[in-house]
Order: sequence, then C-alpha cells, then structure tokens
Amino acid sequence: MSTPTDFLLAVEALTVSFDGFKAVDDLSFYVDPGEIRVIIGPNGAGKTTALDLICGKTRATSGSIKFRGKELTEMKEHQIVHAGVGRKFQNPTIYEDLSVFENLEVSFPRGRSVFGALAFKRDAEVRERIAEIAEMIFLENHLDERAEYLSHGQKQWLEIGMLLIQDPELLMLDEPVAGMSVSERIKTAELLHRIIEGRSVIVIEHDMKFVEDIAHKVTVLHQGKVISEGPMAHVQADPKVVEVYLGH
Amino acid sequence: MFADYSWSELGSIFAMQGFAGLVLFSVFVLMALGLAIIFGQMGVINMAHGEFMILGAYVTYLTTNVVEAVVPGLMPVSFFVAMVLAFFAAGALGMLVEMGMIRFLYKRPLDTLLATWGLSLILQQTYRTIFGAREVGVTLPDWMMGSLPLTDIIEIPINGLIVMAITLAITLAVAFIMFRSRFGAQVRAVVQNRAMAGAVGIDTERVDRLTFGLGCGIAGIAGSAFTMIGSTGPSSGQLYIVDTFLVVVFGGATSLIGTVASAFTISQAQSTMEFFLSGSMAKVLTLLTVVGILMLRPQGLFVLKVRR
Amino acid sequence: MTAFLNSPKKTELIGFVLLAAVILLVLPGITDAFRLNMVGKYLTYAFVAVGLVLCWGSAGILSLGQGIFFGLGGYCMAMFLKLEASTPEATSIQSTPGIPDFMDWNQITALPAFWEPFHSFAFTILAVVAVPAILAFVIGFAMFTRRVGGVYFAIITQAIAAILTILIIGQQGYTGGVNGITDLRTLNGWDIRTDSAKTILYFVNAALLLGVIGLSMAVRSSKLGRILVALRDKEDRVRFSGYDVAAFKIFVFCFAAAISGIGGAMFTLQVGFMSPTFVGIVPSIEMVIFCAVGGRHSLIGAVYGTLLVNFGKTTFSESFPELWLFAMGGLFIAVVMAFPNGLAGLYKSHAEPLLERFFAKAGERRVGSAEAPAPIAE
Repeated sequence: MSTPTDFLLAVEALTVSFDGFKAVDDLSFYVDPGEIRVIIGPNGAGKTTALDLICGKTRATSGSIKFRGKELTEMKEHQIVHAGVGRKFQNPTIYEDLSVFENLEVSFPRGRSVFGALAFKRDAEVRERIAEIAEMIFLENHLDERAEYLSHGQKQWLEIGMLLIQDPELLMLDEPVAGMSVSERIKTAELLHRIIEGRSVIVIEHDMKFVEDIAHKVTVLHQGKVISEGPMAHVQADPKVVEVYLGH
Repeated sequence: MFADYSWSELGSIFAMQGFAGLVLFSVFVLMALGLAIIFGQMGVINMAHGEFMILGAYVTYLTTNVVEAVVPGLMPVSFFVAMVLAFFAAGALGMLVEMGMIRFLYKRPLDTLLATWGLSLILQQTYRTIFGAREVGVTLPDWMMGSLPLTDIIEIPINGLIVMAITLAITLAVAFIMFRSRFGAQVRAVVQNRAMAGAVGIDTERVDRLTFGLGCGIAGIAGSAFTMIGSTGPSSGQLYIVDTFLVVVFGGATSLIGTVASAFTISQAQSTMEFFLSGSMAKVLTLLTVVGILMLRPQGLFVLKVRR
Repeated sequence: MTAFLNSPKKTELIGFVLLAAVILLVLPGITDAFRLNMVGKYLTYAFVAVGLVLCWGSAGILSLGQGIFFGLGGYCMAMFLKLEASTPEATSIQSTPGIPDFMDWNQITALPAFWEPFHSFAFTILAVVAVPAILAFVIGFAMFTRRVGGVYFAIITQAIAAILTILIIGQQGYTGGVNGITDLRTLNGWDIRTDSAKTILYFVNAALLLGVIGLSMAVRSSKLGRILVALRDKEDRVRFSGYDVAAFKIFVFCFAAAISGIGGAMFTLQVGFMSPTFVGIVPSIEMVIFCAVGGRHSLIGAVYGTLLVNFGKTTFSESFPELWLFAMGGLFIAVVMAFPNGLAGLYKSHAEPLLERFFAKAGERRVGSAEAPAPIAE
C-alpha cells in the first residue's frame, strides 16, 4: 500500500456546485503512478466535470486536488499543463485550419511564452519528435494535410498525439473511442496500450469491453459521488452499481 | 458646487433631474428591450437597431402629418395609431432583413455585426434621400403638451409621463410574451437547444424570424416614443446605438430585469451628473464607469451561474 | 476557407515585392504631387488594416476601436508639431504666448503637464508607439484575462472609441476639441507643407509600411502566428496545451495598436493636422472594412483593400456624394455575405488558376512534349 505522498494524484473532498446543483459532491479518489483508472457512470454522473476540475477548466467550490504534492486548484490552466497533466476532450479538439504537422508543432512543449513562441525554431529535434509521434498515431502519411480533412477517428488520434508530444505524467482521456468505427477502435486500443507505459491515465469510457481490456481500477460515479471503486470484477459485482445502471 | 442653492432648491433640482433621468431611462428601456431580445435570445448583434428605431420615428412623423392634413379630428389619437404602424413597419422590415441576410450569418456573429453596420449605412442614406438631411419634429396633439405643476418649482412635463407609461406597458407586454406565452416558450427552447427544439416540432426558422421581427418592431415603438421628446434626423439612430448596447451588455444580455435595471442605473447616473458637469463629461464618466465595471464583471450584472 | 494561410512563403514574398513596386514606383510615377499626398494618406490607414489582419484575421479578435490607436499616435505627433509651431515669437499676439493657440482661446494660461514631454522629439517617437500599445495592454489585460472576446470585445472597444472621441471634443482647451490640432508647420525646423517635403514623407511612410508588413509576416510565420490561428479555432485546446492564451491575445492586440499608432503619426505628418474625426466609431469600423475588402487573412491584401475603398470613396464623394453611403453599406454586406476573403480570396480563386494554367502551358511549350497533361486547377 502506498502512503498519501506516493499518490500521483490525490483528489479529496472535491465539490463543485452550479447554483446549488452539486455536479461533483465530496469526491475523493487516488491515482498511483503508472495506474490506468477508468471512470464510468451514467450520464450526468459528473465524470466530465471531474476531469474539468482536475485540469482547471472548472473551479472547485471546495476540496483539494494534489498532483505530486502540488495543489492544482490554485493554479491556472496552463500551469497545470506545465505541471504534467494533459487532457483530451470528448469531441476531437484540433486546429482545423492548420496542417497535421503544425497541429503537433503548436503542441510541442517548447516556446510556450509569447517571446519564446516568436523565437521558436523548427529544428531537427522538433521534426524528429513530430515524425515519431505521427507514426505512433498512424498519421505519418498525413503530415501536410489540413487537419480539417481528417476522418473523425484520425482527428481523435491527432488530439491524442498532441498530448503525447508533451509527454504528460497524467493523461486524461474523455471517451477516446466514442464515434469510432470498429477497426479504428482496435487501433486506438493498441495505441492506448502503447502510450500508457510510464504514465498514469484517467479514462472516461462507456464501452465496457474496452474498459475491461485496459482498466487497472474502475471508479463508478453517480450523482457526483463515488459509489464503488476497485478492479473491474469487483465493481461489476457490486449491487449498488447494478442498481444505478439498471434503474430503480 | 452645492453652495449656491438652498436645500429646497437642491431637493427640487434632484427631483427634476431625477424625472429627466426617468424619461431618459424610459427611452433607454424601449431601445434596449428590442436589442435584448435580439442579442440576448439570438446572440445577434444588430448594428442597424438605431435605424429601425428611426424608421419608427419617421413612420410616426408621416402618420401624424397625414392625419393632420386629412382627418384633423383624429389628431388626439393620431399618436397611438402611428405607434402601431411604427411597430409593424419596423417589424416587417426586420423580418425581411432576417430572411435576406441574418439567417445566413448565425454562426458568424462578428460578420453579422459588420453586415448590419452596412445595412445601417444604407438605411441612413435612404432616410436622407427621402426625408432630407434636416431633423424633423412631430406635431403632438395639444393634450400631450404642457406640464403638470407639482410644487411651485417642480413641473412634470406630460409628454415625459406618456413616454414612461408607454415604456411600462411595452415592458410588461414583452415580459408576458417572453415568459408567459407559447411563443416565448418556443423562443427560449430554441435558444437553449436548437436541435432539440426542432426535433419536437418547433419551426426554428420561423421562431428566429419572428423573434428578430419582434425586436425590430419594439425598436420602431421606441422611435415613435422618441419623437415626443426630441426631433429625428437620418443619423439620430447611430447616436444611441453604443449606449443601448452598453445597457444590454451591462444588464447581462439574457436577463430582462437586468436590462431594465441597467437602463435605470445608467440613465440616472448620467442625468444626475449632467447637472453638475458638462454634458460630455457626464457621458464620459458614465460610459467609463460602465466599461470599467464590465471589465471587472464581463458577464454583466444579472446573470445565472451555469455550467459551461 | 483559409487555405492561403498556409500557403508557401514564396507567393507571399512575390506579393510583397509586387506591392513594394506598386507603392514605391508605380503610384509615384503616375500621380502628381497632390494625388500622391492623398495616396500617402490612404496608406497610413493601411497600417491599421495590417494590424487588423493579425488581430482579427489571424487571432479572431475583432476590435471596433482601432481608430483609438491611430488617433493616439496621430495626436502624439500633432502635439510635438504644435509645440514646435507655438514658439513665443510666433504666438506673441496671444494673451499667453508660447502655448498652442487653441489653449489660449480657451483661457488656459499654462501648458498642461501632459504636454510638456512632447517638446522632445525622441519622446514623441517613443510615445507614438508606446501610448497606443500601453492603452491596448490595459484594455487587453482587463478583457482577455477575464476571457472576454467575440462580440463583447467588439462592443467594448467601440464604446472606448466613443468615450475617447467625446473626451477629446469635450476637453477642447487641452486637445483642440472638435477641430483637432491644426496649423502644423515644421518638423525639427523642416517645413512639412512643401511639395518636396510631402513627397519625401510619402516615401518614408511607404518604407515604414513595407517594414511593418515585413515584420508582420515574420510574426505570422513564427510559431506564435500558428498559435494565434490555433486559438482562433480552439481556444481551450491551446490553453490546455500549456499556453497562457490571454498573453498571446494581449501581445497581438498591442502589436496591432502600436503599428496603428505609427500610421496615425504618419497621417499627421502628411496631412498637417489631427482631429477626433479619425478616432471615433465610424472611422474605426471603416478601417475594418478596408481590411475585409482586402481579405482579412492577407497582409498584402489589406493594403490594396485600403487603397481601393479610399479611391472609391474619393471618386464617389466627388461626383455622387449621395451614392457613397449606399456603396459603402453595400460593400459591408457584400464582403461579408459573398466575398468573406476579399480581394485576396478572389485573387486566389480566380487569378491564380489562370496564372497556373498560363505557366503550365508555357512550360509545356518549352519542354516541347505533352507527356503529362497540364495540371489545370479544378
């Protein structure tokens, strides 16, 4: 067992309320280094809000989020990214007007200040890293294509690639296989298996087959609260989970 | 600056300035209501809003002139006839503009802003061509002139009272339409979820067109009311557009009560300061304060905190 | 829609060279001194349009208050020139000699403190760029760190333009009021009213404009340029890629403000006065249309757009003043509804395929064989 300081991410008593409605209510969970955690739960359970809170998109009403001992709730979004947290959105969020290469280049973690970006040089290191990532996300032949013209699945991969190039310690993926064809799904699972090495991942996913395949631990949210947590088999057997999913 | 006045005089000054402020407030509310519907509900910036207002003013001018020449006996009520005509004229033009222009631009708000600015230039020049560059005034029926003496210093002008009464009536009507009628429910449904509203059988395009028409029609009424307290020129509308936008944004765009409250705050501040400072400095200070507050609280004064 | 954003640098360079030829050789060659001065005046607006290409075209930030910065730059220069023209000898008939005439008319008896530094030419040059940039920083900082953008930003900048105009007109003792600062004569003793001085100023202005465009091209082709395009499209993605989005927006807004200030200063020098007519809502939004007509994504197009609209305005208002507002209004609508990429877009979609076909045919003839069919654009 690890002590609290060993956790990569420690979320404690996290609450956020929108005009009295508590989207996340007294939420606590802990993620170990190298762990793959899947968050499941019915619609409106607060899954996406929980990720929003961790990456700073939404501000918590109370509670704490510690990443490697650093309090995230007081940091700005870009500082949280600099600390090593990467976030993929539910819909593919890429820059349609830029080429695949430029999408990856904009995500390259150098020249992040205004003047740094002005002075940024597209040197050999940048090209090599982009080529490496492009191959990993199956887009090595599309580097000069405008991102607008990629297929839905390719856009999802591109966004994952944009996160990978930053090499975050904690990667958060919101429904990475939603809307993908079967063959794209298989490729994505393969991609995820490769990229999770050496980092922690939090995934929101509905596809149970997929969840079973990758999860170390599953957290079930319902109405902003954790109702069950543990290995997939344990969670599936939990009567509370069954009740939530099958209705009252 | 207070030293030269006695207390009772000061009291009267504040009362009179306060009343002047109330009339200004009424006009602001009328202008802002139409804009609040169009901007708040549809997210469309209509830079030609002032010109729709002026259309209402010119319709009022024409109607009273015609009535005066043809059926002078109807003069006492001519104004109200004119106001109804102003509503329909501005509303009809608004619906035409929505069909021909706005509906293609819903996803490009900044472009709508530029296109409607172009429209405002065209309308201004049209007015200038038809009515001439000089400002025109509307002949008011006798009973609307004059004022009610309240004390020996304080006098309340009747036309001001009527503007306030009209404003109250229109505001209540708009509140009823938006929050109690079926149409209002449809408008709000379309705002919240266009796809879903369409799916449950609401003709979203028709709702858009009617909403835009309604906003423009109310601008027409505002213009009509405006003729009671000032004269109208081809470019009068442009003078008010920025103020009106600030009123709407300051009030929090989607909130009707917010619009009314912010119109009240801005008009009272301006007319009270106007007495002590020059008109232009009063305006500068008012606008600066509003812009300053908006920088601190960009969502406006009255807005619900929602999950984004 | 914005395909030419990523176009190879070569075509942009050719465009730049052509533009340089047009404004340095062709226009001075075919116009007399009077018309050239007018072209020079138009080109000062192009500074604003170029700034808008970066701000609005690249980053998607539409400011309807660029006249503020143009005006501030112009006023800084005008204050320096006015002080130079208001020597105690030249103003000896005033009740307070040595201060600008309009101050004397307004019963002001001492030079206001904020005018004092404008005795220095070096300070003035600095102020022309710094004053607009600092105000832009204040506005940008307040708005962008609070995530105000889109139409709200447009309206607030418009309101600030209105406020500044009212302020300038209202405080005529300090600003010259509605007439502005007029009767400017010499720059460090050099009479700017002569034809030769105006011609020299035209070339200085043209060179500055080309320099500013070159600088803007460098900004756009840097990683910062791509970040601007990225944040126009998906602001959150940029933020969650580790960038302080507000800082980038503030930068581009300040940059646009600073170059607008240069344009304003050159306006004052070439035209000989500065007034609130160039600060308010109407001129500010007209400057947006210069940019839109040229093509909001094209730095080079912005210059042609500015020239075209202003030539049109001058021609129309000379012969059919009535029609000008109709034309202008129609232009706003047309450029939004039918030609969102302006002249640059038309060039791209119509002229370039023709050129390509022409060069392809020429190439074929040269090679003397027809192995491959000419790559006719679809």
